[in-house]
Amino acid sequence: MEISPDHIKILQVGGLTLNATIFFTWVVMLLMTAGSWLVTRRLRTETELSRWQNLLEVIVTGIRDQIRGVSKQDPGPYLHFVGTLFLFIAVSNLLSIVPGYQPPTGSLSTTAGLAICVFIAVPVFGIAESGVAGYFRHYIRPTFFMLPFNIMGEFSRSIALAVRLFGNVMSGTMIAGILLSITPLLFPIVMQALGLLTGMIQAYIFAVLAMVYIASATRAFREIEEKREKAETAAEKGKERPVEKSREEKGE
Amino acid sequence: MDNLGLIAIVSIATAGITIAIGSIGPALGEARAVANALSAIAQQPDEANTITRTLFVSLAMIESTAIYCFVVSMILLFANPFWNYILGKAGG
Repeated sequence: MEISPDHIKILQVGGLTLNATIFFTWVVMLLMTAGSWLVTRRLRTETELSRWQNLLEVIVTGIRDQIRGVSKQDPGPYLHFVGTLFLFIAVSNLLSIVPGYQPPTGSLSTTAGLAICVFIAVPVFGIAESGVAGYFRHYIRPTFFMLPFNIMGEFSRSIALAVRLFGNVMSGTMIAGILLSITPLLFPIVMQALGLLTGMIQAYIFAVLAMVYIASATRAFREIEEKREKAETAAEKGKERPVEKSREEKGE
Repeated sequence: MDNLGLIAIVSIATAGITIAIGSIGPALGEARAVANALSAIAQQPDEANTITRTLFVSLAMIESTAIYCFVVSMILLFANPFWNYILGKAGG
């Protein structure tokens, strides 16, 4: 039994090997690109829509709403990145009901690649929002001594992002494979259905976590900072009440 | 006993212990999180959306420790590097 689709060879030309991970990534990319190209070829603004345009509009509106709910800001700049992550992971997980298909997210290489994308996107969005100095000041936020912990946290959360997705998808295919050899009739189908649910939830969670990380690098820090500064200036004026209030808020 | 048998015994036993012990903590943690989220939803049904979303994200975070244990035990069972090393040395 193979632990990841990296070792399954689809095609070998000379010294180049096309493994199942890359092949099925291309299949998913092709499917999504061709699908959305076909649908968006004839977009209409009238009241009567084609059903596929309706589907895409529902998806895009849903993603926008979720991003707005998570980050409490305009979803415009983040829609492309987070939406692409969600759609790619969701489609590659959902296609696992097709026989012979190996989900590319069941390989640590793919999930590590996606996590590296998030790892790079966080400082990019952060710098675009608050400038180089403003972004890197986050690393010494409470005190200077927190610098190594902040850097370590940045790396460990990226690794966690990759291993979580890999472990969930891999466990789905693995459990189906093991059950096929023990109780081959009905039970693997139930686990496969559960795997679909897990795949969808993991896609959602990956996208939400990416959004949370990006948002924490941009907006949230600034708001906390503003609140604290406000409290400090109020305290300097001799008013005790706002400080207590901010303490209560922190306690929550 | 030869090295190969020893590695097999230790790997299988460790894989079982890893997933058994490693799933206790996350199970308790997730149960607490879900129970608290349910009582929060019961108190504030209007905030159910936000609570559910936060619950899902935090469940994924809690669950990831169990997933790490699962990945380690799967590596020990199906892609054991020590096993492959000994096999490669015996073959080559």
